[in-house]
Amino acid sequence: MVKINGEQLDKAGMSVADLLADMDTNGQRVAVELNEDIVPRAEYGSTFLKDGDSVEVVRFVGGG
Amino acid sequence: MKFPTREEMYRALEERHGAELQKKLSEASVAVCGLGGLGSNIAIALARAGVGTLHILDFDKVDISNLNRQQYFPEQLGMYKTDALSDTLRRIAPYCNIRKDCVKLTEENIPVLLSPVNIICEAFDKADQKAMLVNCVLESMPEKYLVAGSGMAGIGPSNTITTRRMMKRFYLCGDGSSDVDDGMGLVASRVLICAAHQANAVIRIIAGEYDV
Repeated sequence: MVKINGEQLDKAGMSVADLLADMDTNGQRVAVELNEDIVPRAEYGSTFLKDGDSVEVVRFVGGG
Repeated sequence: MKFPTREEMYRALEERHGAELQKKLSEASVAVCGLGGLGSNIAIALARAGVGTLHILDFDKVDISNLNRQQYFPEQLGMYKTDALSDTLRRIAPYCNIRKDCVKLTEENIPVLLSPVNIICEAFDKADQKAMLVNCVLESMPEKYLVAGSGMAGIGPSNTITTRRMMKRFYLCGDGSSDVDDGMGLVASRVLICAAHQANAVIRIIAGEYDV
């Protein structure tokens, strides 16, 4: 199980890129943290989630 | 009345904030990226608090549609925001060291332009630009503190706007969801709440208080 934005989900083995697609998230508007470190945008496709990982997908919205 | 000297203004701040905090504030350097509703208000709060060096960055000009929430005046319409805001900041804090860059921030120039400061405020309005700046800073400048804002449109409850510590050096303010693209306008009061969260996060970092 992987903790995604506080929720335990069955996403182990999935890449960050696939997770974002699965969440129907625009990859241009997010920052992704894996175990409290930033996942570089160039590594979304090659970063795979493991059991016990904690992921935070920060989805930015407009306005400022 | 005589215009106050640098020493007089510093002493007045010291009396309000205490000598220890004021020394830290006066030695701090903070960049404010984007000078709209968030950035203009963040910069003014930091200047009033006596932050020693403020680096303000924006490429845009003051527009009549900005006046509902941004710290500009009708006579400043058409001016570059960097020029208009630095005029105001100089009136508020004449001895603050203000650096201005009238430039659009990109992946390429961010590491160069923002290298001198310790703390970076993200205060853009477009979601993809917010993400670009946050990713760029976290990927290429891990030693910086970063305070971003996301979600402050509309007139939702004040108390849904919070400050979260997302990573050791990355703080995120806002409600995380009120999107201007959903048709909700930006209203001064709620934008100011988010700007105040960001400014207070910056001041706490300067003070060495890292919890939220």
